[in-house]
Amino acid sequence: MPFENLPDLVPVLPEIFLALVIMSLLMFGVFQRGGRAETDVNTFRVISWMAVVTLIVTPLLVLSLAGSTLIGFGGLFISDPFSVFCKILVLIGSAGSLVMARNFLEEHDMARFEYPVLVVFATLGMLMMISANDLISLYMGLEMQSLSLYVIAAFRRDDTRSTEAGLKYFVLGAVASGMFLYGASLIYGFAGTTNFTILEQVLQRDTQDEYGQSLGIIFGIVFILSALAFKVSAVPFHMWTPDVYEGAPTPVTALFAIAPKIAALALFMRVMVGPFGDLISEWRQIIIFISVGSMLLGALAAINQRNIKRMMAYSSISHVGFALMGLAVGHDSGIRAILVYLTIYLFMNIGTFACILAMRRGGVMVEAIDELAGLGKTHPLMAAAMTVFMFSMAGIPPLAGFFGKLYIFLSVIQAELYLLAVIGVLTSVVGSFYYLRVIRLMYFEDPDEPLDRPVSREISLIATLAGLVTVLFFLYPDFLVLSAATASSALFLN
Amino acid sequence: MIEALAFYIFSSIAVAAAFMVISARNPVHSVLFLILTFFNVAGMFVILGAEFLAMILVVVYVGAVAVLFMFVVMMLDINFVELRQGFLNYLPIGSLIGLVMLIELATLFGSWVVTPVIANRGLMPTPSPDITTNTHALGNIVYTHYVYLFQAAGMILLVAMIGAIVLTHRNRPGVKKQDIGRQLNRNPANSVEIRKVEIGKGI
Repeated sequence: MPFENLPDLVPVLPEIFLALVIMSLLMFGVFQRGGRAETDVNTFRVISWMAVVTLIVTPLLVLSLAGSTLIGFGGLFISDPFSVFCKILVLIGSAGSLVMARNFLEEHDMARFEYPVLVVFATLGMLMMISANDLISLYMGLEMQSLSLYVIAAFRRDDTRSTEAGLKYFVLGAVASGMFLYGASLIYGFAGTTNFTILEQVLQRDTQDEYGQSLGIIFGIVFILSALAFKVSAVPFHMWTPDVYEGAPTPVTALFAIAPKIAALALFMRVMVGPFGDLISEWRQIIIFISVGSMLLGALAAINQRNIKRMMAYSSISHVGFALMGLAVGHDSGIRAILVYLTIYLFMNIGTFACILAMRRGGVMVEAIDELAGLGKTHPLMAAAMTVFMFSMAGIPPLAGFFGKLYIFLSVIQAELYLLAVIGVLTSVVGSFYYLRVIRLMYFEDPDEPLDRPVSREISLIATLAGLVTVLFFLYPDFLVLSAATASSALFLN
Repeated sequence: MIEALAFYIFSSIAVAAAFMVISARNPVHSVLFLILTFFNVAGMFVILGAEFLAMILVVVYVGAVAVLFMFVVMMLDINFVELRQGFLNYLPIGSLIGLVMLIELATLFGSWVVTPVIANRGLMPTPSPDITTNTHALGNIVYTHYVYLFQAAGMILLVAMIGAIVLTHRNRPGVKKQDIGRQLNRNPANSVEIRKVEIGKGI
């Protein structure tokens, strides 16, 4: 056997580790003697904790690759500071949502061991997306992530809303995949390659100037952009988000709002500024359009919502709009701002969803925003945490959310996109209305019937941690900003 | 000469059979015509020198997919005539959209410029058939160059399998299952009983 032909496996270590863990957890679960409810729940618990430990160990493996750019499998796979940064965010998000899920799943009769396995599968797909250096490997990662998410959206299979959410997500996601493949085939047809590094050389500005713009490439970019906009739920492709967020079981919604968003935005950045970076004049207007659209719709449509999961769906749409503003800037400072924004978004969202998961009455989940009325009197600590997250999302200083927006606006103004910045600030003001309404409900209304106490330990732990990060971020922002700067500069090395 | 003749025979039969697939009234005939199309396309692959693809087409598409279609058609009993009823009503608007897309495609291809960078790359990847066989070249691509994608595809199929089981498998009580262990553990002592039956009486 020719060992010198073995591919270099070092850059792919975290992915290989996750894949091996998935398969062993699966085997462990399958060979557990099932059938009785208690043993099933026990298996679920064990596998769930093992999955959480795996997701906490993997960042260490990822970190061991930090600081260098490694390319594996003949250019299909890349590990650079950018991918390390985004992978750690994704892993934190997945681990957090898995920890929060345990209690909910056990109480709602969904404690089957496939859930943590599928979450780790989705995470593996996200890592592969972030590290993709080729349109084919990008597609593979995207599909692995999406397929696992379709299944867990419908995980509560006896509930019509959950199955509807899964089906809706699946059908629309399949359409988006089709668009992506069509765009990728156009790019391949017109550029002769799917590899990002070579695409970047082929599409360089000088060759473009010499031979003119190729319409086919632009066509392909637009298709790929639409597919990615679907995955991050940016505006013309956002329709699935509120329904899926509302229908899916709440821990699944928490996962949807955090990890896949970060992974898809990371992908968005890599594809746009990497291979298509020199064509920025072609795609910038599209990004500006979807960014403005997402911010406007996210701010206006959330006002009328009664269901807190729907409200969070619109909130996430507007957050994506803000992040995409940084992409419209197109160079180093914009990408850095997005990375800072995403990190803060991660902690705010984990915390908010921890609070949402604690909204239970008589052991059953309640989802209406009005149920939060009087929370300040019945659950002062939870109300305080929720207040921190809502203020932070609205962007009130000195909470973390303010800094996220600050860096984005700074980079947008540096790039002289003044109109975009003005629209961003205005929608941010409109958006703060519905965040503040939650706070008003909690402190200035009387409770009908208090929510359940005590809140489970894992959920309060996560809410506390996320709350501390959100509140204390302003003391030491340098660490995050500096590492985001290292990560973003990796995208612009050549 | 013979090659051209074979090409025309294969291609004309393939086109005609493909047309019959969508126009035959009986869905079973449609599937049979589909199989005929596959065979002829496989023949064309052989002419092109892609013998591996030809064999795969016959094995996978004729052997598995077409037979699967046949099962579905026979078991589901879908009334295709009913499905096709609105066809003529939508024909004008359908053909209009088709025309628009055709024009769009034409403008797209009209503006096709090939830069030398790309032209050079386009010539590179295919090895000549004199050096290596089809099977060898494909194997080299799938299992050596694209091993990462091959493994990833395997993982995706695993997700699909888990998903199908998670969403549809239920533990139903009272279903009789074959338990091989129990079957093998039986012995005459506890499963056969010998009784003396008196003549003229039952047990």
